[in-house]
Amino acid sequence: MKNAFRRKVRTILTIVAMGIAILAFGLLRTVLTAWYSAVDASSATRLVTRNAVSIIFPLPLAYHEKIRHVSGVHRVSHGSWFGGIYISEKNFFASFAVDPESYLDLFPELVIPGQQKADFFRDRRGFVAGRKLADRFGWRVGDVVTLKGTIYPGDWDFVLRGIYEGRYRTVDETQFFFHWDYLNEGVRRTYSSMADQVGFFMIGVKDPNLSAEVAREIDAMFANSRAETLTETERAFIMGFISMSEAIVMVIRIVSLVIIVIILAVVANTMAMTTRERVGEYAVLKTLGYSGWHIGTLISGEAFLITLSGCLLGIAMTYPVVRFFTTELGAYFPVFFVEPLTIWLDFGAATLVGATAAVIPTRQAVRIRIADGLRRIG
Amino acid sequence: MQSPSPIVEIRSVSKSYRRGSHVVPVLSDITFDIARGEFLAIMGPSGSGKSTLLNLIAGIDRVDTGSIVVGGEDITSLSETELARWRAGNVGFIFQFYNLMPVLTAFENVDLPLHLTGLSRAQRREHVEMALSMVNLTDRMDHYPAQLSGGEQQRVAIARAIVIDPVLLVADEPTGDLDRRSAEDVLNLMGRLNEEMGKTIIMVTHDPHAAERAHTMRHLEKGDFNSV
Repeated sequence: MKNAFRRKVRTILTIVAMGIAILAFGLLRTVLTAWYSAVDASSATRLVTRNAVSIIFPLPLAYHEKIRHVSGVHRVSHGSWFGGIYISEKNFFASFAVDPESYLDLFPELVIPGQQKADFFRDRRGFVAGRKLADRFGWRVGDVVTLKGTIYPGDWDFVLRGIYEGRYRTVDETQFFFHWDYLNEGVRRTYSSMADQVGFFMIGVKDPNLSAEVAREIDAMFANSRAETLTETERAFIMGFISMSEAIVMVIRIVSLVIIVIILAVVANTMAMTTRERVGEYAVLKTLGYSGWHIGTLISGEAFLITLSGCLLGIAMTYPVVRFFTTELGAYFPVFFVEPLTIWLDFGAATLVGATAAVIPTRQAVRIRIADGLRRIG
Repeated sequence: MQSPSPIVEIRSVSKSYRRGSHVVPVLSDITFDIARGEFLAIMGPSGSGKSTLLNLIAGIDRVDTGSIVVGGEDITSLSETELARWRAGNVGFIFQFYNLMPVLTAFENVDLPLHLTGLSRAQRREHVEMALSMVNLTDRMDHYPAQLSGGEQQRVAIARAIVIDPVLLVADEPTGDLDRRSAEDVLNLMGRLNEEMGKTIIMVTHDPHAAERAHTMRHLEKGDFNSV
């Protein structure tokens, strides 16, 4: 401890550099976690059926009944991406028109108080919003909210009937769900050609082991039709979206590693300078009978003290920064929290950096001949 | 009257250093004994090999040929680890520049060699306090080297050397960095350690005044003794 702070400025700067590196590493890891949060939240018992050509093409509502009768299917719901804008474009959030009862039945992780749920089912203009979304705009149950349609033009008025919370941390609490019937009525009046169509079907299967078979059967049923389907697990469906940005994810992973390598170089440089300055002292210790192992322990201990102090500083900074990001970038990363695994990886990285940075200086200190080391004093 | 048995037996010791492609001989075929309880001063010009000889006797450097037996132990046959352990228990070192750890107090510096002994904390404390009282520095035990004068630092170094009760005390220019008065104090202290505690002391020095305090003086020139 005393040794580490002999050069206070150098040690503090190294600790701060380590802290910033851990902060950057932790943030990038948290971004990756956020990216994959929907995958983590997906259920093995849910399938998604969409248009085989592209998700942007709709499917006929009539498929609903046909899918319901497929063996192994116990519940079917449907939904459409609405893409509404609240006041201005910067207030982005996901909005879906869904069949309320069947949809919420398929998503038990969206927890809504019983009365609010019943009110939502009753009111065709009603909608439910996630807790984070409601808090972001200060919405209260009973408030009227108007969204401007981008796919379905016009101003659409909704009444907030319920606020859901996630049963798990990975559940997105920034979504907006309303009655598909309400959308369809409006569309029928203005764009009748777009009526009675849905963006996707959400299917609950009785046994996850039958998912592949059920998916095959559904797609076979609509083969050679005007709207062929592609059915896949919810996880695969979400991964399909993520894979579109796989290059970005890869860059984030690489940058995380580069940060660790850079900080390794910084700490290794500090330790090398430290060792060079103390060769004489290590020679004295060896003269007194201390072994290379003792000296290695001293150097490694100092390296670990620096890296672990930096790690703790970085972790301490990560939480407020993540909180700031959650507030400011909640629309892009609805699920943004520091995973326990990230903290373990922070400690792992700090330990790895400390151990690696100490290797070469320890080797130098252990190998120095006492007589040579003593000659450097004076 | 029978002369005291030798504590150090040096036999045909040679040592050379490699400087680039050149081999520089430093000691050639040195043979001599040092008696138990002796206070020996080794003198000689710079480059004569006196510090090298001291390092060989103290087990911090290796001979090319020959053997050195200290207290019955042939130290030239020991491995690095065995040699380190041997030094820890048998040799006390006093250096020209004191070589104290700047981040440790006088007490902690003296305590350093005792960490390798397996003594309890209380036993170590007792030993350290005793060593510091022998060099009259009990009242400065919590001071850091930078807060001590050169003479005081050297006395702390002497306390560190004697705290393990070594067989042999080796001193390389112990007064070389001190003013006359501090040098006198250090030499008096070494004299007392020799006379009252019977410590065998080997001292390398340039200073004829310091060498006069020894019982025996040897002149080393070009790697060989030329007068006794």
